[in-house]
Amino acid sequence: MYKIVFKQKLNDLVTKIGVAAPEIASAAKAGQFVILRPFDDSERIPLTVHDCDADNGTVFVIYQKMGRTTMELDTLNEGESLCDIVGPLGNPTVTHGFKKVAVVGGGVGCAIAFPVAKDLKKNGAQVTCITGFRSSDLVILEKEFSQISDSFYLMTDDGSAGEHGLVTNKLEELILSGEKFDEVIAIGPIIMMKFVCELTKKYGVKTIISMNSIMVDGTGMCGGCRLTVDGETKFACVDGPDFDGHKVDFDECMRRSTFYKDFETREREKACRLLEGKI
Amino acid sequence: MSDLTLKNPMPSLDPKVRVHNFDEVALGYQAETAIKEAQRCLNCKHHPCVSKCPVGIAIPDFIAKIAKGEFEEAYKIIERASSLAAVCGRVCPQERQCESVCARGIKGESVGIGYLERFVADYHLKNLKNQVKKEMPGAKKVAVVGSGPAGLSCAGELAKRGYAVTVFEALHKAGGVLTYGIPEFRLPKSIVQSTVSQLENMGVTFKTNFVVGKTLPVDQLFEKGYQAVFIGTGAGLPIFMGIPGEALCGVYSANEYLTRINLMKAYQEDSKTPIQRGGTVAVVGGGNVAMDAARCALRLGAKKVYILYRRSEKELPARAEEVHHAKQEGIQFEFMCNPVEIIGDSNLNVTAIKCQKTELSQPDESGRRRPVPIEGSEYEIEVNAVIMALGTSPNPLIHRTTTGLDCDNRGRIIVTGNTTATTKKGVFAGGDTVTGAATVILAMGAGKQAAAEIDEYLSK
Ligand SMILES: Cc1cc2nc3c(=O)[nH]c(=O)nc-3n(C[C@H](O)[C@H](O)[C@H](O)COP(=O)(O)OP(=O)(O)OC[C@H]3O[C@@H](n4cnc5c(N)ncnc54)[C@H](O)[C@@H]3O)c2cc1C
Ligand code: FES
Repeated sequence: MYKIVFKQKLNDLVTKIGVAAPEIASAAKAGQFVILRPFDDSERIPLTVHDCDADNGTVFVIYQKMGRTTMELDTLNEGESLCDIVGPLGNPTVTHGFKKVAVVGGGVGCAIAFPVAKDLKKNGAQVTCITGFRSSDLVILEKEFSQISDSFYLMTDDGSAGEHGLVTNKLEELILSGEKFDEVIAIGPIIMMKFVCELTKKYGVKTIISMNSIMVDGTGMCGGCRLTVDGETKFACVDGPDFDGHKVDFDECMRRSTFYKDFETREREKACRLLEGKI
Repeated sequence: MSDLTLKNPMPSLDPKVRVHNFDEVALGYQAETAIKEAQRCLNCKHHPCVSKCPVGIAIPDFIAKIAKGEFEEAYKIIERASSLAAVCGRVCPQERQCESVCARGIKGESVGIGYLERFVADYHLKNLKNQVKKEMPGAKKVAVVGSGPAGLSCAGELAKRGYAVTVFEALHKAGGVLTYGIPEFRLPKSIVQSTVSQLENMGVTFKTNFVVGKTLPVDQLFEKGYQAVFIGTGAGLPIFMGIPGEALCGVYSANEYLTRINLMKAYQEDSKTPIQRGGTVAVVGGGNVAMDAARCALRLGAKKVYILYRRSEKELPARAEEVHHAKQEGIQFEFMCNPVEIIGDSNLNVTAIKCQKTELSQPDESGRRRPVPIEGSEYEIEVNAVIMALGTSPNPLIHRTTTGLDCDNRGRIIVTGNTTATTKKGVFAGGDTVTGAATVILAMGAGKQAAAEIDEYLSK
């Protein structure tokens, strides 16, 4: 059992928790993820490590209440325990050797983008961060990003916070204004990563994306997390989760990620009915 | 008097009923039948069966005990060579090992050695007394990576020899393929669990949710005080065919399909694990894994299930009993058939699989007849799901994160000669990670051998 030692709501949908898992806390690096199960009969879900406190043995993850499992997770409070957590899985994001990098985060993907941006900064790069949300009530980590970025832009689809527009609008504006990025790192919904990559391809800027596939084991055993990169089959959990965005077949990823949509909608509705009382 | 040339039949569930549930199909002998079957053994002087057993169980001796009704004594004889009798009695390919050379088989059916092994192992488990957990102060620490048959047998053997053993397992449950791969109707999970509990009672510690190489690399296990490491990480990585359409929705690797069903319990109707149910399913492959996937699909409500295999029935690598059960249950076999493309609709859901007929070539140097596609023989089968059961290759995770541990070009860990010693000092390996996908008994045997070699290494 793994105790939840910290829990903080970041907005109506997004919550940050800290879990006592000393071995993971001392091993995890930016870009890696864990797989957890709230209860003994829950699904295994991957969540990217947001931060670690190795001294106190705490791993922090940020999740958005979306499907059944995240709703179950949300019923657990500080002092209660997760059934299972395993990690760190996947390869760390490469954050050294850069002069100037743009980090683009979308929605809850910003939770993953943040430690990457922080590491880049620590390793001497100039870091531009662009985060995007649908509206002001969904914004997370604004203060944290502004503290570690050399320049920081907050975008919302409806203009209710930061600037009105999409992350790609801002990125294009910066590139056109003459900013020279060695690399763009994009983390968020597949559709956002796809459009970022289309843009950066046009301007010839190398782009790394972090793939959030459907996963079961996370160790390269099931093949459920496979995607096509440069015409080759890759497993997100062991070969990734970072890939060269210009080589990823995003349309295929989008379809694969909705494979269980009907099932999930059903499960979410069931969970809503079941868990409503407890939340 | 019953006909001594025939095996006493194994009682089993009615195929019409069992395709709707996950209950164990083969029900096991009663004591009376076991004794009768044991009496069929001719106890031949040169006992050919023993030489065909990969771990050399003293088969005629344990059978003689059964014939006398001394079941626990019989178990003790098996236990000397095998720590997983209840499992192996159920899943070993006996018809290719011990039973293939049984003298009874010359003029009839061989003795049911597997059935008898299962009988005594089940008897032993049922009458097992709870052991007290042993404390082992000052014992030398050994790490076992992976809790499949190789890891379990290595851990058990080392514990018997007085070592403090910790088994590290990546998943949330111990057992390896026995837990996530082989379905309940063939190997009840309670049997795997009691094997694990038995080891815990012997003082073995299980650390699940621990990926060696990620949570901690092998090199650091030594820094933590482990004096030797056994690697039994199996052959995890699923192989795909590389044909168009493999990324469509509804295409699974057998590993994913079976893991969802077994480990994540999708076989229970109220399970929260998503899986495609019903429809028409094609399974590609001809091994045990393919049989298991096909029979699971049927139990999840598929209207029709095909097994597509590129050779003929004779070459099917699966256990004879599994093929027999699959046929009884109505699985449709398409032999000499090689998939060339999976076809999907505009939503990228699978709608059909395109296959090509094959013919077998003349035997090559290895004696195997290769399937050769016949030009212009393409045809389509309408399906909603395709399960790829083409085998696996070893998981590269440990190799990538351990210094000085060499692998061959297929990713299998290299061992020295007939030993389990790897190229790294103090590190031993066995099971599928060394041999590539093989059998439970070979993995179990390798684990046992490694324990002896680790004991010798640490006693120097
Ligand atoms: C569906 C199916 C049916 C089969 N049917 C039969 C049959 O009827 N008869 C037969 O003889 N054989 C059968 N086999 C083959 C047999 O199961 C294997 O040969 C055997 O299990 C291999 O044992 P192992 O201990 O080497 O590895 P595994 O059983 O694969 O166990 C390896 C374990 O190591 C864990 N692991 C991997 N990497 C790490 C890591 N880095 N850190 C920690 N843990 C790790 C894995 O999670 C796994 O639990 C079948 C296989 C499958 C998949
Ligand atoms: S999650 Fe199973 S192989 Fe990647």
